[in-house]
Amino acid sequence: MKLITAIIKPFKLDDVRESLSEIGVQGMTVTEVKGFGRQKGHTELYRGAEYVVDFLPKVKVEVAIDDGLLDQCLEAIGKAANTGKVGDGKIFVTSLEEAVRIRTGETGTDAV
Amino acid sequence: MEDLIQTNYALDTFYFLLMGVLVMFMACGFSMLEAGMIRAKNTSEILTKNVALYSISCIMYLLIGYNIMYIDAGGIFPSFGFMIGEENTAEQIINGTAGGVATDHSERSDYFFQVVFVATAMSIVSGAVAERMKLWAFLAFAVVMTSIIYPVQGMWTWGGGWLMLDKVDGGLFDYQDFAGSGIVHLCGGAAALAGVLLLGPRAGKYGPNGEVHAIPGCNMPLATLGMFVLWFGWFGFNGGSELKLSNVDEANAVAQVFVNTNIAASGGLVAALLLARAWFGKADLTMALNGALAGLVAITADPLSGSAFWSMIIGAVGGLIVVCSIVLLDKLKIDDPVGAISVHGTVGIWGVVAVVFNNGDATILGQVVGILGIFGWVFIASLIIWFALKATIGIRVSEEEEFAGVDISETGIEAYPEFQQG
Repeated sequence: MKLITAIIKPFKLDDVRESLSEIGVQGMTVTEVKGFGRQKGHTELYRGAEYVVDFLPKVKVEVAIDDGLLDQCLEAIGKAANTGKVGDGKIFVTSLEEAVRIRTGETGTDAV
Repeated sequence: MEDLIQTNYALDTFYFLLMGVLVMFMACGFSMLEAGMIRAKNTSEILTKNVALYSISCIMYLLIGYNIMYIDAGGIFPSFGFMIGEENTAEQIINGTAGGVATDHSERSDYFFQVVFVATAMSIVSGAVAERMKLWAFLAFAVVMTSIIYPVQGMWTWGGGWLMLDKVDGGLFDYQDFAGSGIVHLCGGAAALAGVLLLGPRAGKYGPNGEVHAIPGCNMPLATLGMFVLWFGWFGFNGGSELKLSNVDEANAVAQVFVNTNIAASGGLVAALLLARAWFGKADLTMALNGALAGLVAITADPLSGSAFWSMIIGAVGGLIVVCSIVLLDKLKIDDPVGAISVHGTVGIWGVVAVVFNNGDATILGQVVGILGIFGWVFIASLIIWFALKATIGIRVSEEEEFAGVDISETGIEAYPEFQQG
């Protein structure tokens, strides 16, 4: 099993959710986060004085999947979240040791 | 005829009271504007200052301020007394023998209309010193400001003193200030400037190499509401200052004042918005809000003599001046979170000067002497009071309290306890 953690632009969330649903992903966890990468922050003017916005708003999508879905998932997220401009985000993949569905007690791939 | 005199008196009193109520609501406008332009962690404290300063103004002006400004008033030095004099009787009004301050309307309505102006002048100060001044030091200053500092310079013009507009009655300089661009707004701005100079900027506002760091206000809807409430109240501020309504000429004059006041605010807002867009690249809402207020301050010294078109121009120039003044004060490291010194002080001066364009009774000498007299007295007197407060109880909260927000250290009440981030 894998845990996919994708940091994406907030306005791409709906596209990402739809494309993941299409390939059979049945659940995800979404968090509003802030951070910076190569896009860095930017400066704004307030009453003629600059202020720096260091951390930009992003959305973090977490999906737990069976190993077999990994490539499809990466492709789906990569396509859906891509605008071609700096700041599109990143996808991290980590191995997932165990998963438990709380209601039934199922474990492993049955639970994701 | 007697009935007509009585009816006119009643109408003028009613009009005066109604205009006073409009000005009273400006206290709400200042509260909302300031609450929107500061950070969330200082909101309860600024609201406490605003409600307390209004009430203190009413009390101190009742006890001695009004007496200094209007009763046995004249010359340069104030005469001290208590309370607000006797009310007119019907007999005095009908026989034309009323000897008090007001002869067209009730003496009590005169106090009421004047006291809300004092509160306006004091409200100007609270915005400039926001987010770092101790609550009780500020209120102590409010006591002195509203009982002595404001009434003395008010007496100089409106109480028939040395700046008074009518030379034949013993005034020296023909200083013209219809509703108080100088007497109210420059006065408040000068007191605020003195306070800010001794107080210093908010922590983090200016970098060691002279860079200016913006500290954005927390609530633009409140700031916008505050601006509109002030605009609304200003109809009373300027409209009421005509003092009389009950004949065709006076009624026309009041209507002209309303129109000019309204169009000056519009001109100021549009000018400030356009300048901010050209200068900073985006439509800075806070500058637009300040621009409207600048237009209002600019036209306050004479909203009657000029045409509506002229008033628009005077307001628009005020809107341009306020944007430049805000940027300039930041360069000088004079930190004013809401722009009060620029709106009321800098543009107040413009308003007083602009009188000479339309009002044949005004002279540039008279206006400049008025500015120097008012600014000099209020600035120096305020500086002394602020300094005395600084040397005794202190005027600034500790660094730690400032970081945590003065809501906690001064009032113990967070304005937004459910979702406050600083």
